[in-house]
Amino acid sequence: MNNSPRNKTKHQSAQERINNFEEVNLGFDDALMAEEASRCINCKNAPCRTGCPVGINIPAFIKCLTQNDKDGALEVISQSSLLPAICGRVCPQENQCEGKCIRKAKLGGSVAIGALERYVGDYGLKKGTGALKAPEWNGKKVAVVGSGPAGLACAADCALNGFKVTIFEAFHKAGGVLVYGIPEFRLPKEEVVEKEIDKLKALGVEIRLNTVIGKAITFEELQEEYDAIFIGTGAGLPMFMNIKGENLNGVSSANELLTRVNLMQAYKDDAITPVYCGKSVAVIGAGNVAMDAARTAKRIGGGEVYIIYRRGREEMPARAEEIEHAVEEGIKLVLLTNPVEILGNEGKVCGIKCVKMQLGEPDASGRRRPEPIEGSEFVIDVDQVVVALGTSPNPMIRKSCANMEFSKKGTIIVDEETMATSVEGIYSGGDAVTGAATVILAMGAGRKAAKAIIEKFSKE
Amino acid sequence: MNKLLKIYEVAPKVKKYVVHTPTVSKHCLPGQFVIVIVEEGGERVPFTICDYDRQAETITLLVQEVGYSTHKMAALKEGDSLYALVGPLGNATDLDQYENLVLVGGGIGCAVIYPQAKLRKQKGLKSNVIMGARTKDLLFDIDEFKANCENVFISTDDGSMGTKGFVTTVLQERIDAGDKIDCVLVVGPMIMMKNVSELTRKYNIPTVVSMNTIMVDGTGMCGGCRLTVGGETKYACVDGPEFDGHAVNFDEAMTRSKFYREHEQKCNLRG
Repeated sequence: MNNSPRNKTKHQSAQERINNFEEVNLGFDDALMAEEASRCINCKNAPCRTGCPVGINIPAFIKCLTQNDKDGALEVISQSSLLPAICGRVCPQENQCEGKCIRKAKLGGSVAIGALERYVGDYGLKKGTGALKAPEWNGKKVAVVGSGPAGLACAADCALNGFKVTIFEAFHKAGGVLVYGIPEFRLPKEEVVEKEIDKLKALGVEIRLNTVIGKAITFEELQEEYDAIFIGTGAGLPMFMNIKGENLNGVSSANELLTRVNLMQAYKDDAITPVYCGKSVAVIGAGNVAMDAARTAKRIGGGEVYIIYRRGREEMPARAEEIEHAVEEGIKLVLLTNPVEILGNEGKVCGIKCVKMQLGEPDASGRRRPEPIEGSEFVIDVDQVVVALGTSPNPMIRKSCANMEFSKKGTIIVDEETMATSVEGIYSGGDAVTGAATVILAMGAGRKAAKAIIEKFSKE
Repeated sequence: MNKLLKIYEVAPKVKKYVVHTPTVSKHCLPGQFVIVIVEEGGERVPFTICDYDRQAETITLLVQEVGYSTHKMAALKEGDSLYALVGPLGNATDLDQYENLVLVGGGIGCAVIYPQAKLRKQKGLKSNVIMGARTKDLLFDIDEFKANCENVFISTDDGSMGTKGFVTTVLQERIDAGDKIDCVLVVGPMIMMKNVSELTRKYNIPTVVSMNTIMVDGTGMCGGCRLTVGGETKYACVDGPEFDGHAVNFDEAMTRSKFYREHEQKCNLRG
């Protein structure tokens, strides 16, 4: 058995990358890929597969790689995922496939499954869309609302099975969170996202941009024209803390900062859309969106960036790699700290008042509950505050789809097996159902719904 | 798609654009807005819908040349197309329960109250209108309002037409004259909406304002348009754009709307 430790992908140095928006993780080259692939011991139980929300046959694609059969590897992955170049980059592998890898504890660390998947995905993108073509139409039409990961996955599977698919997107670019949320330095737009979407177009999927369903086209109109509808509209309204000073100039949601910078490309010198760049920035929250916001703020502002989080480092929900990258880039983690007030001067942010926290008994989530330490208030001087505390469901779908059932929180209620909503013929998945979660979970939900749609019409 | 079928100059640096957009024109209602990207790579700018024609599949936008994107828009000619247009967004005006409605428009805000006057006329509901501007050259569509409203009152800051003063001067006059006013819908600069709301508060007249805040997506995603209404944070794009004028924190909203002004000026120089 190959006892070597896990191979690391190449990276842009922290010094260099904080001055640009180019991709940080450069992936494996051929030699490192071969070395890493040979570390997989092809164990019988393949626990990694149980950690994958879409059940990719991981040992099988890695085996192909050990034989330098890239086409074979691509084919294995394609059976379960159409977007490996994206998932290889953004999945929280340490909690999924790699978290279950048998080599994790003692044998030099988990196999770098994510980086290998990305290698295969990028190989697939280089091959282009030449081999893809729309299968014969089965006479049925599917409308997909939202072009984020859930919608793209659902559209891909339906298209592969002969459905005519139309994706409706409110923005002027397709991709949802992949284009407005996740930054260029983590997920390149032209090189990766657009090319993955081109694959769907090659399968005959039509994408109608600038179209808000429920407003420009009603759900009733969609139901008349389409045999099935999938709603993948994502999470929705950014949450704030309801503390004093939150509406001062210089305070924004992470969504606003990221949308201005990613979708509207405000990081470019010739951009028309402006973005405020503070000299000293506090980002509140510790999930992936908080890391993206902090690293974006570092790149556009160049000053101090603090991540303020009420629990400890162990509890930070972001991907391990994102936290490491943020720290390498000089971003300061201010842990066990909770903001209590944003301070302002003439309507503009000038500081953030925080209180120190300590961890008490475990709460309902099993994590130890943070409690404020009395009298421990202190102020950090900042001129920008970015709130990254998640989202609450967008009221637009609720208002425009009156007979659909929603949870108390406002998320869409679905049958967990089929992703069917309470309205016949309408399915949903992704953050619109779960609240803010991950790209791969949304893709998994999109595929589940597609499976139910395909089965329903194959019976007819 | 999004072809500019007609462009009229209605006042200096103010143009009316009739845009062909079958999806938006089919369902839009007074009070709603669209987001426009004038040309590829441009910013997303919200404009309230000023008129619509379902048969002709058009909507009308009124645009004053103030910043980079509106400057670009002013350079377009009939037959050109907007790069992107999305809508109708926001909630429609819902004031049919009021019999005696006064519509108050300030400057280009007059254009925004017009479709409401027109729809009420079609529904057999009456409205009175107060139009205000700095000077008479900045007033437009007075005949259209006359055709759809019971009374049209006018104020100009310099007295070049109608009452010398502000819309609040005329509104105070109407209140003093004993006009029955069940509700006021006011659209215009934030300071004007604030002043009208302060006047009507004294008389307990329900007042609705249309908040033209900074926006990026217009669909509830970015939170850039948030404002405080009755002590709660609201999103102009999905909760509004119309709110109870007596509950809006105008001072905060005015400070927030100035946030990107420096950038706007920088873009002006470049454009």
